[in-house]
Amino acid sequence: MSGLRRFLDRIEPEFHKGGRFEKFYPVYEMVDTFLYSPPDTTRTAPHVRDGIDLKRLMTYVVVALIPCILWSWFNTGYQTNLALAELGLTRPEGWRGALIGGLGIGFNPANPFANMAHGFLFFLPIYLTTLIAGGFWEVLFATIRKHDVNEGFLVSSMLYTLTLPPDMPLWMVALGISFGVVIGKEIFGGTGKNFLNPALTGRAFLYFAYPAQISGDQVWVAVDGFSHATALGLGETGGMAAIADSGLSWWQAFVGLVPGSLGETSTLAILIGAAFLLYTRVASWRIMLGVLLGVLGTSLLFNLIATDARPMMSMPFHWHLVTGGLAFGLVFMATDPVSASMTNAGRLVFGILIGFMTVLIRSINPAFPEGIMLAILFANLFAPLIDYVVIQMNIRRRERRHVSA
Amino acid sequence: MENYFNLFISAVFVENLALAFFLGMCTFLAISKQVSAAFGLGVAVVFIQTLTVPVNHLIYYYLLRDGALAWAGMPEVNLSFLGLICYIGVIAALVQILEMFLDKYVPALYNALGVYMPLITVNCAILGGTLFMVERDYNLGESITYGIGTGVGWALAITALAGIREKLKYSDIPSGLQGLGITFIATGLMSLGFMAFSGIQL
Repeated sequence: MSGLRRFLDRIEPEFHKGGRFEKFYPVYEMVDTFLYSPPDTTRTAPHVRDGIDLKRLMTYVVVALIPCILWSWFNTGYQTNLALAELGLTRPEGWRGALIGGLGIGFNPANPFANMAHGFLFFLPIYLTTLIAGGFWEVLFATIRKHDVNEGFLVSSMLYTLTLPPDMPLWMVALGISFGVVIGKEIFGGTGKNFLNPALTGRAFLYFAYPAQISGDQVWVAVDGFSHATALGLGETGGMAAIADSGLSWWQAFVGLVPGSLGETSTLAILIGAAFLLYTRVASWRIMLGVLLGVLGTSLLFNLIATDARPMMSMPFHWHLVTGGLAFGLVFMATDPVSASMTNAGRLVFGILIGFMTVLIRSINPAFPEGIMLAILFANLFAPLIDYVVIQMNIRRRERRHVSA
Repeated sequence: MENYFNLFISAVFVENLALAFFLGMCTFLAISKQVSAAFGLGVAVVFIQTLTVPVNHLIYYYLLRDGALAWAGMPEVNLSFLGLICYIGVIAALVQILEMFLDKYVPALYNALGVYMPLITVNCAILGGTLFMVERDYNLGESITYGIGTGVGWALAITALAGIREKLKYSDIPSGLQGLGITFIATGLMSLGFMAFSGIQL
């Protein structure tokens, strides 16, 4: 431990002004602050004494994501192995099949370890691609523009990976995160200066650029030629009856034993993360509550006015919560402190807008079965305006109080 | 009634003039530095749009279209080639009249809108609204609804952009992109967000 510290201290001068690797100071700084808490304090007032800084904030989100990540390994492997068993294949083609088969782990969907291993081999390449491609841009911008590389990207890359379908082509993964990092964040000056959620910006880019690889029935299980509609896809065409016909139960959807994007299937795993985020007060409960209220209100309203032409309108509230990426977006994406509203009242409004838009897109828009991603991006656009209105109202209220007193 | 409601919603969100058709970009990009100014301009656009679309509808319907002059005993006359110039004239005249009217009777609003009123004359979102009305054959009621809807949609978009730009004041944008450059990118990203509505058929 201290050996590492000594090593870092020894090479530090090389990265300072005039040193050999002066240009790469952000990289050194990134490694150093990732491994050790920086001793820096603010030089001028105001001083806040608090253990929580950006680094810890972001690390907590990563910790909260651990249940989702573990579940993504298990479930992706489970769904793949299940599909293989259904198709009567003993070993999939490609390097995954060779590796797992070679190690003798097998592809039995009843064996949790085999599922974990297989799913992990889907997660890992996507995550590594995201880290390398996104990290490249991050470091490039940090080096040229002389700002720090911070843990924000760690969270963005994790979130981005978990929202992708398991067999996404890797070059698309790289393209999406490049768009998200560069256009969504870095050209505004890096972490904290952007107005859209970078992970979602990247995903939305892929969604519109390559719809065949990121939506539809083919992509959710990573076995060629195996097609499995998601609950939302079924609901879009046949309503709740079609979902019931497919044999999917609410508990199954809640636990997350359904095909879907890597990390968003299990509402249970997400709830564990949410509990952690709320306990540590990293995420705003107001936003989460707002989204819930928005979804509740809108779905109840739509249940009342549901017509046969739009079967999704009759989906009940508790089903909305466990299908698709709603829970994941609610807990991890909507609560992004940078792109959400900053005022407390604004956060509630912001959340309600997201909830409303999600159910609206799911129910009314025939083009998109899932709405949480676009709903959050849409609400991000209005977050500054919501804050503006809240602040103006506050100013006006205080002016009135001042006059009367 | 439902027809009008659907038309209004689709004019505001699905076919947002600024973010789905990219109309009225010059003023959209130029007057979006402050929320208050953008909001004022937005209100002015709603005003003008609500007036010009129905007025142009009347002109088109009773004077210009093929066979419109049947009431004057000239059923074979087709003046629709005069459309564009008439609409522009109407818009310019209405803006001017509204400006004088506000100056005289509502000076507070006149001062608030100030410079933005004449700017609206050359805002292509206004002419775009009229041309869409002609192309889609709206009746008078639909024209009024469509006029209000497109105006509100445009106002919403520019106010949101102004909110974002006020927030971006705290950003650290590369010097080459500062000002108009980043505004273009922000507009593009906003349009990405508004894609949420694309495909909705009302």
